[in-house]
Amino acid sequence: MRPAVRFLSDELVAKIVTEARDILGHLGVEIHNSGILDMLAEHGARVDTARNRAYLNDELIDRALRTAPRSFQLYDVFGRRTHDLSGCQVHFTPGSAAINLLDPQTNTARRPTTADYVRYARLVSRLEHLASQSTALVPADVHQNVSDSFRLFLSLMHCAKPVVTGCFTIDSFSVMKDLQLAVRGSAAELKAKPLTVFSCCPTAPLKWSDVTSQNVVDCARHFIPVEFISMPLSGFVAPVTLVGSLVQHTAETLSGIVISQLANPGTPVLYGGSPAVFDVRYETTPMGAIETMMIDCAYNEIGKHLGLPTQAYIGLSDGKQFDAQDGLETGVGAVLAALAGINNISGPGMLDFESCLSLEKLVLDNEICGMALRLTAGIEPKDDFPARPRFEELLQGQHLLISKHTRQHWRSEHFLPGRVIDRANRSRWQEEGALSLHERARQEVARLVAASEPPALPTDVQRELTRLMEHEARRYGMSRLPHEEL
Amino acid sequence: MAVLDEMAANLVQGADERVSELTRRAIQDGLPPKRILDEGLLAGMTRVGELFKCHEIYLPDVLMAAQAMNAGLEHLKPLLVREGVPMLGRVVLGSVHGDLHDIGKNLVGVMLRGAGFEVVDLGNDVPPERFVEAAQEHSAPVIGMSALLTTTMPVMGRVVNLLQQRGLAGRIKTIIGGAPVTEKFAREIGVDAYGYDAANAVERVKSLMDTQAA
Repeated sequence: MRPAVRFLSDELVAKIVTEARDILGHLGVEIHNSGILDMLAEHGARVDTARNRAYLNDELIDRALRTAPRSFQLYDVFGRRTHDLSGCQVHFTPGSAAINLLDPQTNTARRPTTADYVRYARLVSRLEHLASQSTALVPADVHQNVSDSFRLFLSLMHCAKPVVTGCFTIDSFSVMKDLQLAVRGSAAELKAKPLTVFSCCPTAPLKWSDVTSQNVVDCARHFIPVEFISMPLSGFVAPVTLVGSLVQHTAETLSGIVISQLANPGTPVLYGGSPAVFDVRYETTPMGAIETMMIDCAYNEIGKHLGLPTQAYIGLSDGKQFDAQDGLETGVGAVLAALAGINNISGPGMLDFESCLSLEKLVLDNEICGMALRLTAGIEPKDDFPARPRFEELLQGQHLLISKHTRQHWRSEHFLPGRVIDRANRSRWQEEGALSLHERARQEVARLVAASEPPALPTDVQRELTRLMEHEARRYGMSRLPHEEL
Repeated sequence: MAVLDEMAANLVQGADERVSELTRRAIQDGLPPKRILDEGLLAGMTRVGELFKCHEIYLPDVLMAAQAMNAGLEHLKPLLVREGVPMLGRVVLGSVHGDLHDIGKNLVGVMLRGAGFEVVDLGNDVPPERFVEAAQEHSAPVIGMSALLTTTMPVMGRVVNLLQQRGLAGRIKTIIGGAPVTEKFAREIGVDAYGYDAANAVERVKSLMDTQAA
């Protein structure tokens, strides 16, 4: 039996979806993109062009839900399958697009550089419980108009894992798609073996900007998977109740699914999000709040009810330094998300409302993810019955350390964390330097980065990736890219 | 020597049948038993110790390797005895009087045997006199004591005192361990060594034996 957690009854799920449909049909959704409004009108939606508003009826929504795939897979740069986004299969990925890096020496936030990004990508390549990388940092040493595509370029060059990413502009989609085509070799191959997932965010309440809605359509046209990141903010730009926020999340996400499926039926999507409650003391959006996590797990139930694979930004912290709050909020989030069966869990490594990445935290979070994955495997009998022979063996030998049963099962039964988790007795811990968690994590980052190798992409692929990126950089006046000096 | 390298490599893998076979072959080839022991079996166990320490392998792997070592030793032991090659040594082991906990002590015993020591296990609830008498009776240069209770820890000091009274201190070394036991306590009661876990206890016993031999 897979251990699980549930927050919504079937009746409540159905009621929330019904109310969300009612909102989409009667209040509509605001879309600042005339091409998409025209597309919706052509398919039968009522459109008020003066107010950039489209009213989505049940027929449109049902059609979109019929064509959206129930599951899909992701593949690394070599075309090896890494993700099965279906059922309750759980995969972890670092959080996305932090504008700051927590400097390990000063424990303060600073702007990240290309060198930091490469170090990050190399580290992720060695963290076994993170199934994918994400473009988790925004390098500050390149022109802002290439900071999105340049992250993808660096990721593909330095880590084999698939990439959760996204565009900051409409223009950058083209090169970000071409980079993927360079790795896969053809559009057909990229469709058959998706390499990335693009995050596309509606704006609360019930709004799509020109950029994000166009990104949805552009991804759909190339069968690039999209995760919809609806962000209702409970008590501010969403109802204060968790159910009310879920209604809004459902409406916003359904509107994204309609846009993508009308643009290209069958394009893969993740029913995702990054909701939060609004903290009325600090005017912030706490990702570590327990109610934020409850909304995440609950909309995942709605996504599964609609038959779609899911995603959430959960398993991250609002702390500012590498400290106990990080472990607390990340641990609770990751465990809940894993039990809920969220298919793509984005969060590890992140601090400060997802604005700051810590490599040390990423190493610690990798262990949290490992534990959460073990948790989902549950408790199952493994050659345990009949029990008597095992106990006869135990009573005779006084231990089972090297019994066949132990050797066969201990690696799958007991999760052994890496060196960052301290399980030594006090004397051994002292003998090994009495290191704090932060010091151990720092050492692990250094060790793992030093042990990493960039993926052995064929030379012509590397050359083409570099050519594409340099061409893009030249459009914005950059004759050299900082990665060349590394 | 290829056969000894292969023996060590197989020992690390815990391949007991293969180690047994290679030991037989090395003996047939006429290699000196001491060299087979040092460069084959013990070389393998040293590697196992290093791998265990840096978490490349785990306790079950160490014990599998120990089993493989004993498979080789079975063939080698009669020859070593005949040639008067000293074995690694003998350790008297027990949980102290009043203490019925023996899981940690048993693990130390398993690890010591694996490392090539002979172990005289006195069990649990062992009175101080019994430790001293057994060490004399079996010519064991090391007594290992374990306690899980703070209330039974003082018995360890009584063993040290008894060895002193009988003029055996220095000739018979003592090592202690157990959850509540600390290096500081070991220093206070005047034992010769403290092992913080089973693998560490084996290292400390080796050091005690080395100083004994010197």
